[in-house]
Amino acid sequence: MDIFVLLKQTFDTEEKIVLQGGVVQEDGAKFVINPYDEYAVEQAIQLRDEHGGKVTLVSVGWERTAEALRTALAMGADEAVLISDERILGDEYEIAEILAHYLREQSIDLLLGGNFSVDNGAGQVAIRLASLLGLPHVASITKLDISGSTAVVHRDAEGDIEVIEVPLPALFTAQQGLNEPRYPSLPGIMKAKKKPFQHLSLDDIPGADAIIAKTARTSLTLPPERKAGRILKGDLASQVAELVQSLRNESKVI
Amino acid sequence: MAKQFLVVAEARGGKLRQVSFEALRAAQLSSSDGDTLAAVLIGAGSKVLAGELAAYGADTIYVVEDAQLESYNSEAYLSALLAVIAVAGPNALYFGHTAVGRDLAPLAAASLAAGQISDVTAIERSGDNVQFTRPLYAGKAVEKKAFTDPAAPWVVTVRPNNIAPAAPDASRQAQLIDVAYPAPSLRSIIREVVKKTSGAIDLAEAKIVVSGGRGVRSAEGFQPLEELAAVLGGAVGASRAACDAGYCEYAMQIGQTGKVVTPEIYIACGISGAIQHLAGMSSSRVIIAINKDAEAPIFKVADYGIVGDLFEVVPLLTEEFRKLLA
Repeated sequence: MDIFVLLKQTFDTEEKIVLQGGVVQEDGAKFVINPYDEYAVEQAIQLRDEHGGKVTLVSVGWERTAEALRTALAMGADEAVLISDERILGDEYEIAEILAHYLREQSIDLLLGGNFSVDNGAGQVAIRLASLLGLPHVASITKLDISGSTAVVHRDAEGDIEVIEVPLPALFTAQQGLNEPRYPSLPGIMKAKKKPFQHLSLDDIPGADAIIAKTARTSLTLPPERKAGRILKGDLASQVAELVQSLRNESKVI
Repeated sequence: MAKQFLVVAEARGGKLRQVSFEALRAAQLSSSDGDTLAAVLIGAGSKVLAGELAAYGADTIYVVEDAQLESYNSEAYLSALLAVIAVAGPNALYFGHTAVGRDLAPLAAASLAAGQISDVTAIERSGDNVQFTRPLYAGKAVEKKAFTDPAAPWVVTVRPNNIAPAAPDASRQAQLIDVAYPAPSLRSIIREVVKKTSGAIDLAEAKIVVSGGRGVRSAEGFQPLEELAAVLGGAVGASRAACDAGYCEYAMQIGQTGKVVTPEIYIACGISGAIQHLAGMSSSRVIIAINKDAEAPIFKVADYGIVGDLFEVVPLLTEEFRKLLA
């Protein structure tokens, strides 16, 4: 089975965001595999071990994304492809089109990605890709079983669970709860160094350099800081009474 | 040139979702004089909801009704939406940033080769220049975006609870247009839908969220929080620590790797306030923290803090609200 995993490198969720001159400061920051993509990687490895085949990681990103791809190779993925080019602006239309141009030339049984990225949070690229490649998809899955050429998935739909049957090839995006991603083992890290790793630029993908972003960032700021409020005093019953009165009379939210 | 804005309305349990009225307002805020506002209703028996969409500002309402559209299916809904787009020829599509909107909007955007700006919390327009505000890093930063080509189709999803809907005017009338469902052959089949809690309020849309952390100590520990949420008509959420400990489902998680919420009132019970949790809730209007540890970081962002055991405080609070709201 040919499994492709869409992977993005993101800021660690424990990182504070510091801006300088309207851009995020990256010095000394820790970068990780986007947590949702990590579930996709784990699922791909498990399916490959069960059904045979190959797991190929694909990423569009900065050169430093190679670290995240190496980590996923050390977890057990087989090959990695990094599409990196300074001409890429990061618009979701653009990234999905670049990936589609590359993936149309590949043989795919299964395409996995994360539900969304924890930095940009737009949740567009994978679903756009399903549409561009003409594949059926299910987003936000918490369970994936494959038998023959059919997948049965559980989809998290705002708390309800939908059980959906989809013919392969298909695309799925991973939601929390799908699995427990493994840590890369030391032998895994050693082996990862020898695994096939392709670095591509837009010039290597026919037609990709003609893709032009449709949206652009005009500003980036920090949200207004919240000030600490009032710690209530007195016995619990009077604190609770004061709180409820304040919500009604001061904050006017009740 | 006059533009047409098309809002994809969403119903749940036979009622329009609040975010659909917010999306109508978002489209209005993006529009200039002479632009028109339309809405689309996709579903089975959804036509009865058209009047309400008219009251909130829609001039034209496209309706696609078919038994196959009773519950959401990506391929079926996309096919219905594309049929409406073929008839209406809109310049912009607006959705709620809900499970349906998050799925359908990128499909539509890809079909139209359109740009999309997701999870919008505010809109500013000056002349033809429209700026869309959206959170990054789950709210640790905020960006403004614009479409690079104002003439190309736009796709926008609107985060619930952030853009106040227009005041409804029940006397407004709209033109109703039925669009035939093209009935595609569906590849994916929904075998079963397991409903969790009947009538529960969705976290992202809830006006009041009562959230539990490691301090709830067990799955049963959520019980007092659920009672409080029930009295307030709110939803129950959780921190990552509570989910990781197995006290609740990940669907309830609020934070950078979970849901981002912006309710009127956020009540954090036994939550210490890790940075990844704060990212998901610190845009709430009023934050109340209940924690035994007076040094917990959650108190640094809370408007009101009670230092105490949640198992004592929460039932007292439920009683007090019950009296007030009786």
